Amino acid sequence: MANWIPLWLHKLSSPPTFYRFAGTLQPWATALALLTGAIALYGGLVLAPADYQQGDAYRIIFIHVPSAWMSMFIYGVMGLASFIALVWRIKLAEVVAMESAPIGAAFTFITLVTGSLWGRPMWGTWWTWDARLTSELVLLFLFLGVIGLYHAFEDRRQGARAAAFLALIGIINVPIVHFSVNWWNTLHQGSTVKVFGPSKMSGDMLWPLLLMMLATKLYYIASLFRRVRTDLLAMENGKDWVRKIAESEADR
Amino acid sequence: MSALHDFLAMGGYAAYVWPAYALFFVVLVADAIAPRARRKRLLRELRARLARQEARQEKHRAPPSSP
Repeated sequence: MANWIPLWLHKLSSPPTFYRFAGTLQPWATALALLTGAIALYGGLVLAPADYQQGDAYRIIFIHVPSAWMSMFIYGVMGLASFIALVWRIKLAEVVAMESAPIGAAFTFITLVTGSLWGRPMWGTWWTWDARLTSELVLLFLFLGVIGLYHAFEDRRQGARAAAFLALIGIINVPIVHFSVNWWNTLHQGSTVKVFGPSKMSGDMLWPLLLMMLATKLYYIASLFRRVRTDLLAMENGKDWVRKIAESEADR
Repeated sequence: MSALHDFLAMGGYAAYVWPAYALFFVVLVADAIAPRARRKRLLRELRARLARQEARQEKHRAPPSSP
């Protein structure tokens, strides 16, 4: 282990320590995700006014856009964890990368279907092969490819390494999804919310959107921790600490 | 009552807005339930294996039935 990695980080990446750490944080992340999500959806569905052009159909934005952001964010996390897994062979990084894939696939699927449901009344079509939509579909296939490759190997760690390699190559698609609306002529609208400079959106609509983004981030943390904990149990199932957990949960 | 009706009608876009929200929740609930089920199965299998190991060790420790 390189000595510039702080000791606490090294300790945290040990499976029993991370199992306990994730177990403590996970319920809080779930509770906060539900709370912020409920407030955001109340703001978005009830308090925010209808759009002057799109009427109430625009309200799909409060799940479509946060899901789209999450699909790219989770791919980024998966790519980073894959890189760490391939270079340093840290077990926890492998698990984080592999367990991010199903959550990312879920958000990408939500993005595509809600986008389709939004496109039908606004564009007059469920689907069009334009840059934004196609690159997001490729993102879904990349997530599914990572999941498939991971499970195609008898040896889990070998599968994780192969899938991590695919995840790393596929990261090239993330900037393509993000900039597709600028690079190509597309039916999809450009970004309304900007990190740098003022957003082109009224405050009544903006705060539920940003709060929903926070809720989906928290949901991702909760779901990832739940999945990683389960995977660590499976991976270490001969070890003493897992045996103790199995025995203590038999009484319940 | 009519306020609720208006809310549910979504300005005529109910057929698009509500399925989108329903899908969002169904997919995320499925994502949240799957690892719980897997965890339960995993621990059950592990306990069964431990019990088998225990039984085997008991048999070895027992004295031979015939001298």
